[in-house]
Amino acid sequence: MPGSLSLTLRIWRQADPDSPGAFEDHRLEGLSPDLSLLEALDLLNGRLVGEGRRPVGFEHDCREGICGSCGFLVNGQAHGPRARTSVCQLYLRHFADGATLVLEPFRARAFPVLQDLGVDRSAFDRILAAGGYCSVNAGQAPDANALLIGRDQAASAFDTATCIGCGACVASCRNASASLFVAAKLAHLGQLPQGQPERARRAVALQQRMGAEGFGGCSSHLECEAACPKGISADWISWMHREGRR
Amino acid sequence: MSGASARLDPHLPGGPVATAWQRCRDGLPLVAPGNRRRFTILVVGSGLAGASAAATLAEQGYRVRLVTYHDSPRRAHSVAAQGGINAARNDANDGDSIERLFRDTVKGGDFRAREAGCHRLAELSLAIIDHCVAQGVPFAREYGGTLANRSFGGTQVSRTFYARGQTGQQLLYGATGALLRQVEAGRVELLTRRDMLELIVVDGVARGVVVRDQRTGALQTFTAHAVLLASGGYSNVYHLSTNALRSNATAIWRAHLQGALFANPCFTQIHPTCIPPGDAFQSKLTLMSESLRNDGRVWLPARVDDDRPPERIPEHERDYFLERRYPSFGNMVPRDVASRRARELCLEGRGVGPRGRSGGQGVYLDLAEAIAREGRGAIVARYGNLLEMYERITGDDPLTTPLRIYPAPHYTMGGLWVDYRLMSTIPGLFVLGEANFSEHGANRLGASALMQGLADGTFIAPATVPAWLASQPLPPVADDHPACRAAMAAVAERISALRAVGGSRPVDDFHRALGQLMIDACGISRTGPRLGRALVELAELRAAFAAELALPDHGTAIDPELEKALRVEDLFGLAELMLRDALAREESCGAHFREEHRTDDGEALRDDARFCHIAAWEHREGAEPVRHQEPLAFTSVTPARRDYR
Repeated sequence: MPGSLSLTLRIWRQADPDSPGAFEDHRLEGLSPDLSLLEALDLLNGRLVGEGRRPVGFEHDCREGICGSCGFLVNGQAHGPRARTSVCQLYLRHFADGATLVLEPFRARAFPVLQDLGVDRSAFDRILAAGGYCSVNAGQAPDANALLIGRDQAASAFDTATCIGCGACVASCRNASASLFVAAKLAHLGQLPQGQPERARRAVALQQRMGAEGFGGCSSHLECEAACPKGISADWISWMHREGRR
Repeated sequence: MSGASARLDPHLPGGPVATAWQRCRDGLPLVAPGNRRRFTILVVGSGLAGASAAATLAEQGYRVRLVTYHDSPRRAHSVAAQGGINAARNDANDGDSIERLFRDTVKGGDFRAREAGCHRLAELSLAIIDHCVAQGVPFAREYGGTLANRSFGGTQVSRTFYARGQTGQQLLYGATGALLRQVEAGRVELLTRRDMLELIVVDGVARGVVVRDQRTGALQTFTAHAVLLASGGYSNVYHLSTNALRSNATAIWRAHLQGALFANPCFTQIHPTCIPPGDAFQSKLTLMSESLRNDGRVWLPARVDDDRPPERIPEHERDYFLERRYPSFGNMVPRDVASRRARELCLEGRGVGPRGRSGGQGVYLDLAEAIAREGRGAIVARYGNLLEMYERITGDDPLTTPLRIYPAPHYTMGGLWVDYRLMSTIPGLFVLGEANFSEHGANRLGASALMQGLADGTFIAPATVPAWLASQPLPPVADDHPACRAAMAAVAERISALRAVGGSRPVDDFHRALGQLMIDACGISRTGPRLGRALVELAELRAAFAAELALPDHGTAIDPELEKALRVEDLFGLAELMLRDALAREESCGAHFREEHRTDDGEALRDDARFCHIAAWEHREGAEPVRHQEPLAFTSVTPARRDYR
């Protein structure tokens, strides 16, 4: 492993939602391969702030791939080149010395750019609000073992429930469709007995809301599955389309 | 040091602890269903405690406003909790009971928590699991369809329910689903991307908050009949911690400066199983769930300076130091004990990994034996996501070589003082989850944070907050009330002052320096002299912050540097209080280890005669803070030396 490496970051700069944007190049030298890409951006930002310049805006929080805050395009790919890896889990050792990385925000009408690499993904919450839950009040629950759920069934529901709401599926889709995001939530609850009473209503409500929020439909390019940091299968989109006709 | 204060009445129900919560609830005043919509409740924070409180109170019919600095409630840091959630269901038929979970919690906290609160937590643990399952949380199941569970540190039963290594994520999605359902119903107003920067107090009662909208830069006031802070813990005072980068203490610190007492600030938990620090510009430490200790054996080379790769060190030249010292709990000793032992051995030069000033910073956590026993597939199924995460960060494959782990700041037991009803010393201000000083005493046991957050949010606050509303006059407060205008002006003034510094040192520099100071002086191990020196160094660092901070104004509303500067400025104040508290508590208990106070074999030595109390600090403008005490009485569990041997 090399002791240090150099990178050129070509970053989309846009001060606010209404300003025009443009790319800006920054050269970083002597980087440790053990730094994460976001830590390289921290380093750049420290330099920019010290020089009185505006730091690069990007969304982030947990930096361990679970909160879903981070997400931008690295060389045209949502979350960059590593499979099943969110951008906060990209380390510089994953890149060649001297490489140029083009960083730009997710592009989708339903995800307006806020600043630089940050976009507004609140449309996702509005989709879930339409019915992405089991309607149960505190105090109404039966005993947790009253409903038996097979081990594999629970595991399959879990696999779809791991969606972190990062939006990579939308950003990688030529239709900017949220189909994988919606299908994952429908499949999580639709595979469990708790989700059955509202299953049909939920399937219709979430898909309608998805359209109303400006996301496109699915044309089965399956880019969403390739970009998903949690590896959620696009088979669930086909499943969702059958759900709508139940 | 002052004596017990009249202000510190915990309002504990008298009589036996086993029935205390029921008796308390039976005596609480109620609000009739038709009247509930007349009350507005403001919740700060959308983690397990905040989201569940907001959803549950809205279900009851109250109007709720929820403020969060995230773009979505689903991002709150509860999402990162990995291992599981405890419940005394005795599903494993291995002798568990409410009584036993209660005693484990009191003992795990080293007898520095209230018995009645710990018992209530153990009681509520059962209903929490039921509720989460009803919400659709996909807990792990056995082949027959019943809930699976595993064991966790500090206990000898299997009572931890889990969803692979992402239990917090799944519980949070259950809670945010419930929250969004109430948003859709129009009963919760969701206010995202807003930092709470000030508490509004009218006639001594908490009545609202001032927030800064991160998108527009505007300051806004929101008034309410009660304010609930569920804003999480303050491990980021150490800069490098397992917390998310934006986790902060501003909400609780601002409330403290307004009069809320701060309890046990020095009780902070350093988690033993984290990925060791690497580069100087590293931004965070990543937790590897404690559940790995179920199947992983912790060891170091038996001799100093053994730099062979782990697979070439034969069995008889390995020191399984936790199993050796604690034969009955072995690798499952509580977090404080495991962290201390790892640090001591690394200080002796026996640590593994890249060699720094004093040898390597790490110990091995070895899955080889479990893989040989149960097969690779079983271990991947149990910990798959954790092992992948480790491989991404370190470049090593934990299925072929042992993980390297080291302790990292993880959770803060201290927080705003609350009474049994979760109300702070400011009437009308309730504090939930990690933000309060809670039932974890001086050390939290694994899989109990999620339990506490949901107990506070789903069951306790929804019983006690209405009782407050029912018993107070609470006249309306207009948005332009003088108290609101004053709070707003104070925030504007603070922002201007930070802008006016005009230095050239970025805020991250100060945060990093603060973290180094705090982990060194007030981390796993503490001494009086070091704490005293740290107070001086901290004052110097604060002075440098006030003179050299770079915070240029580029005229853009979205300004993450300003958000960070406001948070770090508040962490300075909290850091000072932590040092004072650690200095004043001249004993070792739980995670607070004062080297002057230890047994001959290096274990924590409590001083129950002098320190069997909760320390609660009162802020005084322009003067040193005052330390109040709430004495602790133990009637059900006799304080004893914690012995995990």
